[in-house]
Amino acid sequence: MSTTALPATGPERRLYWALTDCWTIVRRELTHLARQPSLIAWQLGFPIVSVLLFVYVFGSAMQVGGGADYRDYAMPGMFAMTMAFGFMNTAMAVAVDKDRGVIDRFRSMPMAPSAVVTGRGVSDVLHAALDLAVLAAIALVIGWRPTGGLPGAVAAFALLLLLRFALIWVGVWLGLKVKNQEAAGNLFAVAFPFGMVSSVFTPPSLMPDWLGTIAMWNPVSATAGAVRDLFGQPMASVGDSFVETHAHLMAVVWPLAITAAFLPLAVRRFQRLSR
Amino acid sequence: MTPVQPAPTTRHAIRAEGLRKRYGSGKTDKPALSGFDLAVPTGTVYGLLGPNGAGKTTAVRILATLLRADGGRAEVGGHDVATQPRQVRRQIGFAGQDAAVDEILSGRQNLEMFGRLFHLGPRAARHRARELLEQFRLTEAADKVVSGYSGGMRRRLDLAASLVLAPRVLFLDEPTTGLDPRARNEVWDAVRRLAADGTTVLLTTQYLDEADQLSDRIAVLSAPPGEGGRTIADDTPEGLKNLVGGDRVEVVVGGTEHLAAAREVVARVSGVTPESDAATLRISAPVTDRVEALTDVARTLRDRAVDVVDLAVRRPTLDDVFLRLTGGTAAPVPAPAAEPAATGNTAPEGAAA
Repeated sequence: MSTTALPATGPERRLYWALTDCWTIVRRELTHLARQPSLIAWQLGFPIVSVLLFVYVFGSAMQVGGGADYRDYAMPGMFAMTMAFGFMNTAMAVAVDKDRGVIDRFRSMPMAPSAVVTGRGVSDVLHAALDLAVLAAIALVIGWRPTGGLPGAVAAFALLLLLRFALIWVGVWLGLKVKNQEAAGNLFAVAFPFGMVSSVFTPPSLMPDWLGTIAMWNPVSATAGAVRDLFGQPMASVGDSFVETHAHLMAVVWPLAITAAFLPLAVRRFQRLSR
Repeated sequence: MTPVQPAPTTRHAIRAEGLRKRYGSGKTDKPALSGFDLAVPTGTVYGLLGPNGAGKTTAVRILATLLRADGGRAEVGGHDVATQPRQVRRQIGFAGQDAAVDEILSGRQNLEMFGRLFHLGPRAARHRARELLEQFRLTEAADKVVSGYSGGMRRRLDLAASLVLAPRVLFLDEPTTGLDPRARNEVWDAVRRLAADGTTVLLTTQYLDEADQLSDRIAVLSAPPGEGGRTIADDTPEGLKNLVGGDRVEVVVGGTEHLAAAREVVARVSGVTPESDAATLRISAPVTDRVEALTDVARTLRDRAVDVVDLAVRRPTLDDVFLRLTGGTAAPVPAPAAEPAATGNTAPEGAAA
C-alpha cells in the first residue's frame, strides 16, 4: 500500500484530479442525501404545503385570468420557487463546512481547490433534479397534467435547473460571506420575498403597479413564465411588457447574468479565505 | 525567480523568518503577527505557547498554506509556503481548533473521503482508513455517524484525518482545547506515538502543562499592546525554566511575628537575601542543592520554633517562565484538570488565574 500522493504533473493530470476530486465531493453530498432522506422532505415541505394550500384552500378563490385553472398556473410557479429557494441549501451547506473547518481541511490538502466549488455545484444540481422529480410526482398525483409534450417538458426542467445552477454561485458566495451557520439560516428572510414577489402565485398584472414591476422583473418570474408555456399551461393574464412576452429568452438570460456576476464573486470569496 | 530550487535542506522541517500578518485593512486594528521567527528541527515536537491574541493560530495557518503572510518568508519541508503550496500540502497534516470532520458521514466514510482527496486509490484509501480507525481505537464506532461521537472521539477522528498521508510535518492548533482530561491524554498519546515515528509536530497550546509534556522545544509568543505577536523565547522546556533561575526554597509561616526569624534562616541557608511577601507570609530564595537546603531549613526552623505552615523546594514551572517573559500581564491558563505531577516535582499552585 502506498501512502504517498501521486505526483500531479502536466495539465492532463491536473484535469484528471480536478474531475476525480469533484466526484469525491459529489459522492460525499449524495451520501448525505442517502443518509438523510428526510432532508429532501424538509426542503420540499414548504412547496408541498404551498401547493396544497394554494390549490385546495385558496385555489377556488383565485382567478388568474385567461380561463386558466389555478392549479395549472401555480404548479410551474412552485417548481420555479423551489429552485429559487435552493440557494439557501447551498449557502447553508457551505456555511456549515466553513464553520466546522472542513473547508480549511480541504484547503490544506493537495486536492484540486476547484473541486470544493465544482463538487458543490454538481451535487446541488443533482439534488435539485431529485427535488423536481418528487415535486412533479406529487403534482401528477393531484391531477396536474403538462400538455406541452415531452420536448417541452424536458426544456422546462432544463430551464428550472439552469435557474438553480445560477443560484448555486449566489449560495456559495453568501455561505462564505455570512458569519456562521445561524446567519445562513437567516437568509430565509431574503429568500422568501425573492421567491414570493414573482409570478409564482399571482400574475404581476394583478399586483399594485410598483410591486408588479418588481415581480415582473424577478428572475423567478421569467423561469416560471417560460416553464408554464413549455408545459403547455394556459398563459393566464400575461402582461405585454418585454420581460413577460420574452419569458423564454429571459429564463436563459437571467441565469446567465446571475452566473456571470456571482461565479467570479464566489471564486474571489473562496480565494480571499487565505487573506 | 528561477523555478529550479536548491535541494531542500531537511535539517529544519519548518522555518519561518520575520512573518508579518495583519487582518483587514483598518488603520486601528492591531497586526496579528509582527516578526515571527521559527526553526523547527526535523523530527521534533515543537510547542508554540502564548496567550490568546499572540498570533499562534495565525502563524500555524500561514505555515499550513491556509493564509498568506504580508511579509517574511516560511518554508515547510524545504518548500516555500507562498510559492509552492502544493508541494507543501503533500507533506503536511493539519488539525485546526475544530474537529473538521463531516458530521453526517461515518468515521470510516470520512477517512475514505479524505484518502481519496489525498489521491490514494480507492483501495488504498479504504485500507488506510481501516488502519487509522484501528490506530485511534475507533474501529467499533467506524460505521456510526460522526454526529453521535463524543468530543474525544471526534478529535481522534480529526487527528486521524490529518494523518491519512502519514505526513512528514503535522500542524496541531490547540489540539486539546475543550477536551476532558481523559480525551486529552488520548490525544497526547497519539502525538507522542507520531513523534516517536519521526513526524515533526508543531502544536499550539494555551496550556503550559501541555507544552511541557509534549514538546522537545517551545517557542513563546507574546503580543505587546498595540503590536502583533512575535517570538520572545525559544528553548527547551528545561532551558526556559533555567531562564528564571533554578530551584527555590519556599517557606510560608503562620503569622507575621514569625517572618523575621524565617527570613534569617532562609538567608543563612541560601546565602542570599530572600524575597519575602508579608501579605502571603511567604519567603523564598534560590538554592543550589535542593535536598540539603530543604533539610537545613527544616531543621533550623524547628530548632527556633518558627511556626511553619508550608515548606517546599520548587522547581520553576513554565508558569514562572511565562510570567517572567510576558511581564506577568498575560499568562496563559493552566490546564483545566492538571495531571498528577508526572515530573515528580513539587506541584506548584496554578500561578496564573
